[in-house]
Amino acid sequence: MTLSRRKTLRLRPLATALLTASLLGAGGQALADDDPIKVGILHSLSGTMAISETVLKDTVEMLIAKQNEEGGLLGRQLEAVVVDPASNWPLFAERARELLAQHEVDVVFGNWTSVSRKAVLPVFEELNGLLFYPVQYEGEESSENVFYTGAAPNQQAIPAVEYLINEVGIERFALLGTDYVYPRTTNRILEAFLKEEHGVADEDIMINYTPFGHSDWQNIVAEVRRFGSEGKPTAVVSTINGDANVPFYRELGNQGVDAGDIPVIAFSVGEQELTGIDTAPLVGHLAAWNYFMSVDTDANYDFIDAWIDWTGDEEAVTNDPMEAHYIGFNMWAEAVRKAGTTDPDAIKDAIIGVVVPNLSGSYAAMMPNHHITKPVLIGEVQDNGQFDIVWQTPSTVVGDAWSDFLPGSRDLMADWQAPMRCGNFNVATGRCGGSTAAEEAEAALAE
Amino acid sequence: MRRLLFLWLLMLLAVPLGAQAQSSAAPSAEDADAVAIELLEALDVDSFPAKGRAIEAIVASDDERARGWLQALLDGRLQRADDGRFVVVLDNRGRDWPVEDALTGEALGEMSRRDLDRIGINNALRNQLRSAIAVVDLYSADLALRRASAERLLGEVDADLAGPLAEVIEGEEDARVRRRLTQALAIHRLEQGEVAAVADLDGSLHSRVRVALNQAANGDDPVLADAARDALNGIEQMLKLNRAAETLYFGLSLGSVLVLAAIGLAITFGVMGVINMAHGELIMLGAYTTWMMQQLLPGQPGLALILSIPAGFLVAALAGIAIERGVIQFLKGRPLETLLATFGISLILQQLVRTLISPQNRTVASPEWMSGSIAVNDALSLTLNRMVVIAFALAVFTALILIMRRTRLGLEVRAVTQNRAMARSMGIRATRVDILTFALGSGVAGLAGVALSQLTNVGPNLGQSYIIDSFMVVVFGGVGNLWGTLVAGLSLGVINQVLEPWTGAVLAKIVVLVFIILFIQKRPRGLFPQKGRAAEG
Repeated sequence: MTLSRRKTLRLRPLATALLTASLLGAGGQALADDDPIKVGILHSLSGTMAISETVLKDTVEMLIAKQNEEGGLLGRQLEAVVVDPASNWPLFAERARELLAQHEVDVVFGNWTSVSRKAVLPVFEELNGLLFYPVQYEGEESSENVFYTGAAPNQQAIPAVEYLINEVGIERFALLGTDYVYPRTTNRILEAFLKEEHGVADEDIMINYTPFGHSDWQNIVAEVRRFGSEGKPTAVVSTINGDANVPFYRELGNQGVDAGDIPVIAFSVGEQELTGIDTAPLVGHLAAWNYFMSVDTDANYDFIDAWIDWTGDEEAVTNDPMEAHYIGFNMWAEAVRKAGTTDPDAIKDAIIGVVVPNLSGSYAAMMPNHHITKPVLIGEVQDNGQFDIVWQTPSTVVGDAWSDFLPGSRDLMADWQAPMRCGNFNVATGRCGGSTAAEEAEAALAE
Repeated sequence: MRRLLFLWLLMLLAVPLGAQAQSSAAPSAEDADAVAIELLEALDVDSFPAKGRAIEAIVASDDERARGWLQALLDGRLQRADDGRFVVVLDNRGRDWPVEDALTGEALGEMSRRDLDRIGINNALRNQLRSAIAVVDLYSADLALRRASAERLLGEVDADLAGPLAEVIEGEEDARVRRRLTQALAIHRLEQGEVAAVADLDGSLHSRVRVALNQAANGDDPVLADAARDALNGIEQMLKLNRAAETLYFGLSLGSVLVLAAIGLAITFGVMGVINMAHGELIMLGAYTTWMMQQLLPGQPGLALILSIPAGFLVAALAGIAIERGVIQFLKGRPLETLLATFGISLILQQLVRTLISPQNRTVASPEWMSGSIAVNDALSLTLNRMVVIAFALAVFTALILIMRRTRLGLEVRAVTQNRAMARSMGIRATRVDILTFALGSGVAGLAGVALSQLTNVGPNLGQSYIIDSFMVVVFGGVGNLWGTLVAGLSLGVINQVLEPWTGAVLAKIVVLVFIILFIQKRPRGLFPQKGRAAEG
């Protein structure tokens, strides 16, 4: 039973392509008209990650409602299919399978943590689904079925550190992070970058990891204070994730760590996270993102107004992953219009090169490596919980799936266009590394 | 002065001749405003270095509104409306903001944030502004402003300021301001290579002094470097003492959190013998009560927090009574089933909060008197929120000890737990005592929640992160012994904080856990085992 179902699924793209190609008659069209396009939403609505992911579910629902008001896509209405993976990584894979196999959704918007993305990856590759992933991540990955609309390290971490060195004159770095894959990989990249490109000495880099939800920051903040009072300008680079940030920033404020002396630059703290804290003592601390709510463009103000109306909350804030979903959704819609179908293989080809406006006044383009172009913004925390943009890249930056600063990934590149179609092409050896998931899929086909 | 002249020249070029003739006759308010607009215009540029120069011009302008502008600029409230007017935003929350005219100070009603452009600054400018304001405040009549100004100027003195500063030090009456300014001047002298300046800095624990001395110690001048190193060695010695004191404080503070979380459990689990897995959720209810109180009393976080103490106690105690009456009384003597049932209750309570309030964390504001820290000396400052929590934990502990030792309820509780049948035959209503004891333990958990709302996130998962720690402390301290809980909580806190700098936070927790496991192997009844027949049974 399951076997035959899987087989039909695999054949389905081919069948749809044939149908669309041959049947231009009214019958096929009418059938399509009745059938809504299903958009899967795979965000945790409960558990530890609910704090960040719930708003993303609402964002996609808002975008769908707006698209439907404008007449839907291809003359069809859109329908959201929401599931709750409950911040439970294995459950993400189960729910993804449910979305693709049972609800037969055409596209999925979802995930936050890297570990949950790794969990659903084989499912999307096996069932040939499309996933739009909206959060900044550690890179070192490029899947044919995933579109990374958040920042890769070269679109966030590297420019942020360069800003600290060139504009602020920082010479010592404390890298603080939560103990999981994203902070550890990012810090590895940053450490290599600082040593190789800027000759920072070993003793000028301090690395510290804390568990998820850590709440007792006294010692670490005191240590950072000492680390920063040895004569060289010092900054903290924070990859602390989730709600551990609230007690961290509180402790910073209480111990009087001033942004003028030791600025903290964060990669996971946005407007949403700051709603939990009194930001008056934190004014001047930094964050690097590709979007801030304080961006001064009409597109952004329209988005904020729409968001406030949608949530019915005057105090509602917008943040970077929401913008990533905004971009991803518009890119997908554009690709659907371009391809004239929602078939995954057709979308994969159509979406590369699609350009849509972002909220900060420039344009986002989908690159062949399934990453997008983004401007990098550095913002300083204000007393009203917003960020003031103090620096930005002169133009947008292309996301790099494989970091140039790690020995294993230096020679790799991703290009999902024909004829290469490879997520990890080795420039040195001239061969595509392939992925275990792809191999498994091939083995299954051969049976 | 030269800058001022330059600005006057600028203004001469800028304003029409007619107005010029008038102004030379009698300088009027309009002319002052024209200069002022000129000064503010210069701020409205993209480049931060250009803004820095504009700030210098404002400082040099001698306009009496200058300090206000600089402060507004520092706070991000100096903005430009679409019609070109400069305004000061009074409140920047929401979509429409009340504003006043930057030149006249006249209220202009509310403006949409779309129509206002903020004059942005960065950290470099912020430092420049703070120093500029500090220089202005140096001459202020207000002692508090002068003190803040002196603190600020440490490490910020340049050649231009050195001369006037020496004069100010001469005329200053307040000893603290004088000492700080002398140090500030000494740092400047040290940077100029003056060896005698080291004497003025010797013994100071301030980090900026250390930065300056470190730089001098690594400098080219051998004499100066030696002197700086000597001074640094002395400072290092004192810092070590401070560090030990600081670690102890951190340990006591973490320990007091553990004591607070565990002390309620010490009563329900320790004294009554009920394994209550929903204890963490009772803590959570206390924290949410604080949040609710702050919602009811907006703008008065301090009052709300104080009122939350009885309210949090009541809410958690009532929830405790409901749990006791609804579930636990039917499972007497069946610990495994009690454990499972209360675990179920904890999940229900969490989901209830998620559904009724929100799955997201709630913001609980800290009152003014709980933010910041008290500076013992320049290197050691004790954070206020932690200090309040330590005091609160001790107060709760004392109150509980008094209740258990001095009141009739305490006597009855001890009687019932030691020998239930005998106590009942003496006329004690054991069921009523059960309810009251469980309510007391739960209420104290609520108090812990009120305190924790000031230290950590208030969310549905709050309880989960404390339940393990609570059981750990109670078992380590010896089941049934309140003093044991106090000693166990405080010592675990200190051990954790002593280990943390060496091992990191993750490993420190593991080491503490392993230590407790080994300890329990040796002494299964904990630090202070309960003696007597009751303990055997």
